[in-house]
Amino acid sequence: MVDSGLDQKFIDGAEALIARYPYRSAALLPVLHLLQERYGSVADEHIKPIAQLVDVPPIRVREVITFYTMFYRPGRGRYVIQVCRTLSCSLLGADNLYDHLRKKLGVDNGETTADGRFTLMKVECLGACDIAPVMQINDKTYGELTEDKIDRILEECE
Amino acid sequence: MKEKVLLRNAHLPESHRIATYLSRGGYKNFKKALKEMDPAQITELVKEAGLRGRGGAGFPAGIKWSFVPKNSGKPIYLLCNADESEPGTFKDIVIMEKDPHLLLEGIAIAAYAIGVHTAFIYIRGEFHDGARILEEAIEEARRENWLGENILETGYSLDIWVHRGAGAYICGEEMALISSLEGQRGYPRVKPPFPAVSGFFGCPTIVNNVETLANVPFIIERGVDWYRTMGSERNYGPKLYCISGHVNNPGVFELALGEKTLKQLIEEEGKGVPNNKKVKAVFPGGSSAPVLTADEIDVRADFDAVQQAGSMLGSAGLIVMDETTDMVNVTLNLARFYAHESCGQCTPCRDGSLWLVKVLRRFIEGGGNKDDIDLMLEICDNIDGRTICPLGAALAWPIRSVLQKFRSEFEAKLRTDA
Repeated sequence: MVDSGLDQKFIDGAEALIARYPYRSAALLPVLHLLQERYGSVADEHIKPIAQLVDVPPIRVREVITFYTMFYRPGRGRYVIQVCRTLSCSLLGADNLYDHLRKKLGVDNGETTADGRFTLMKVECLGACDIAPVMQINDKTYGELTEDKIDRILEECE
Repeated sequence: MKEKVLLRNAHLPESHRIATYLSRGGYKNFKKALKEMDPAQITELVKEAGLRGRGGAGFPAGIKWSFVPKNSGKPIYLLCNADESEPGTFKDIVIMEKDPHLLLEGIAIAAYAIGVHTAFIYIRGEFHDGARILEEAIEEARRENWLGENILETGYSLDIWVHRGAGAYICGEEMALISSLEGQRGYPRVKPPFPAVSGFFGCPTIVNNVETLANVPFIIERGVDWYRTMGSERNYGPKLYCISGHVNNPGVFELALGEKTLKQLIEEEGKGVPNNKKVKAVFPGGSSAPVLTADEIDVRADFDAVQQAGSMLGSAGLIVMDETTDMVNVTLNLARFYAHESCGQCTPCRDGSLWLVKVLRRFIEGGGNKDDIDLMLEICDNIDGRTICPLGAALAWPIRSVLQKFRSEFEAKLRTDA
């Protein structure tokens, strides 16, 4: 599958997902998640082959990736830091923690550090208000954050 | 409540494994349902138990199931709403991570009752661990033929699949969830038709919350009379309450529905407000519920009593704010959340939420005009009830309630030359 830029292993994985649904189009979100796991982001050149794979027009893929916040375009850092700013986190100091990260990394909302390590994002509720204030780095959630704790967590990111 | 029900396994080591679940009597209720009961009997039992939906609306689950048309000739789908997107809510994830087989058994019994052969669990995208644990649990259940083809040689077949969302609050709304599951933007649709008649790809579809479905095995096991010993009038069964914000002991607490008042929940489960401060205000059912002041929280935490107090129990996510909280900041935080999460289909919600953000920013920067408070109230009135889905109301209600109940805090921020 040189044409599409998608390798056979990915196609096989996608077909297994598609088989779960009554129509191929329903598998668009899971296929995009899989694509992102394999290739790190959803690039322009992926749009047409993904559209063909799940049998929708390419514009549908564009609609979907621009609607949901968890599909990333190329250029994000190896670590995507999502800082929750919704009410329970905000009440417990999320805004100050975000400012701490912004100053520490020298980037603002949606930006990536020059070394390609970190992308910083302010996001809405992550569903972990019991351990507020929280952030996610890639797949992992960190709670009861303080500035010191954030510094220690970032040191472990290579 | 004398004993834990929904969380009875949560403390066990390896509680997410099928071996643990089976050792606790797991799946015997699904077996009983399949071998000894007919589907209509199960629906009737759930109706009699008075199980009300735990996702927010409190609609009776058994009655919802009975809306599925008989003999439509189309496949029927069951969608488990695990989007848990309401700010202040983090209860369903406890069931999914700690006792995933309880949810699967609840889905399986409900699916059998409704005549479903394919069910999806729509889990919010941020719950990476929850999705993985559920996938593994499904695999375990399939290996032991609690799921799959010809379950326990009864001829009944059921597949359950995990479907991850991708970061959109609106997908917790059932029609948006269906759009999203179809591979589209999470756009809500006009009701009627209700999903029980025309939902997922135009087929009859039942959407139930995680906690709702987790109640079902216990109703089969221990019956209606036992179920109705828990809770208050018309509000029966066990309930998970989430407490967050300014409390000493935030977390998820299982009690009988309406067993305690909101005030008791905050004081006895949440262990009160840090540094001996007083409560100023509480959102009792996630951030979409109208705010209650400290004087208004001595009210039974069930669907009807909280509604009579002028708010709603919603997802039972209590967000507590102490006496030092700046309610203007809270209002901006809410407005910004809803502006971000509005799907953009309906003008009143899409534009109204952004106007509210702009006016509130002006307040916080010291430029509030004296007409602005009434302007914001008018914006709320023009959003509420004028949108396809309840997000409009979910944004108008809490903001309007804060403006009305804490008006003086806004007045204190008016520009001095106004």
